[in-house]
Amino acid sequence: MAEWFAMGGYGGYVWGAYLASFIVLAWDIVAPWRKRRELRRRRPARPSRRSEHTPT
Amino acid sequence: MKLPLWFHRLGSPPTFYRFAGRLMPWLYVLAAGLTLWGLYGGLVLAPPDYQQSDAFRIIYVHVPAAWMSMAGYGLMAVCAFIALVWRMKLAETMVLTAAPIGAAFTLMTLVTGSIWGRPMWGTWWDWDPRLTSELVLFFLYLGVIALAQAFEDRRAGARAACFLALVGIVNVPIVHFAVKWWNSLHQGSTIRVFSESTIHSSMKWPLLVLAIAAYLYFIASWMARTRVALLEQHAGTDWVQALTQGDRHG
Repeated sequence: MAEWFAMGGYGGYVWGAYLASFIVLAWDIVAPWRKRRELRRRRPARPSRRSEHTPT
Repeated sequence: MKLPLWFHRLGSPPTFYRFAGRLMPWLYVLAAGLTLWGLYGGLVLAPPDYQQSDAFRIIYVHVPAAWMSMAGYGLMAVCAFIALVWRMKLAETMVLTAAPIGAAFTLMTLVTGSIWGRPMWGTWWDWDPRLTSELVLFFLYLGVIALAQAFEDRRAGARAACFLALVGIVNVPIVHFAVKWWNSLHQGSTIRVFSESTIHSSMKWPLLVLAIAAYLYFIASWMARTRVALLEQHAGTDWVQALTQGDRHG
């Protein structure tokens, strides 16, 4: 197992490359989720907004 | 006769939204499964390279990402063509949602290539034709994103971005043939479609599995981003209102 992690002495390069790719992909997966959440927060459902603006 | 009708229907935002929403989870699961299988094949089963020892294993993330960075550009350019010629609004949106994913794969290619280049070539970067044209590809993706945001009018920005996406396609064959046309530090391709590959099958199959995984992932991520973009564009419409109501109550 330790030998496998060492990658013939290139462990830092090999795992570094995989880690960097993982980070980029994680960003790509999370970005639309975050955008969606932001949209939901920015725009409350129509009925509640209407009631806010109803003159009393 | 049926296909154009189906295509036409899919162009309607609510239909696309539902269709993509149903397809997406399967694509994510399939892509994840293939990725695990391919990585197991590449990182565990494949033997070390006779020249590069275990450092060659960077190939399993570098090459699928590089293929996807070019194929993704192709898909984006096809959408740009459809958007410009037939003025299909969904295609226009899909150009803008493909660009960040393509940029992500291009960045992956550049970073992993740089990390691979350090032990093998003794340098992180070189202004070599293959590396430079891939960097240009990255800037083209960023240019499409930036151009779309540079206009006051959203549609005008999108059309300008589509135009750039379409023109930029000339760079894709340059990336591909760079190692053939010029003397390059970068090695030539070892996977060939029309003749025998110069890579052993035990090293090759994980590469192909991971390439398919990259495609499926790209499509899934593309759908996810397009769905969110449609929600934003059609915020006030009844179908989006109905969706957000559903979100709140169930």
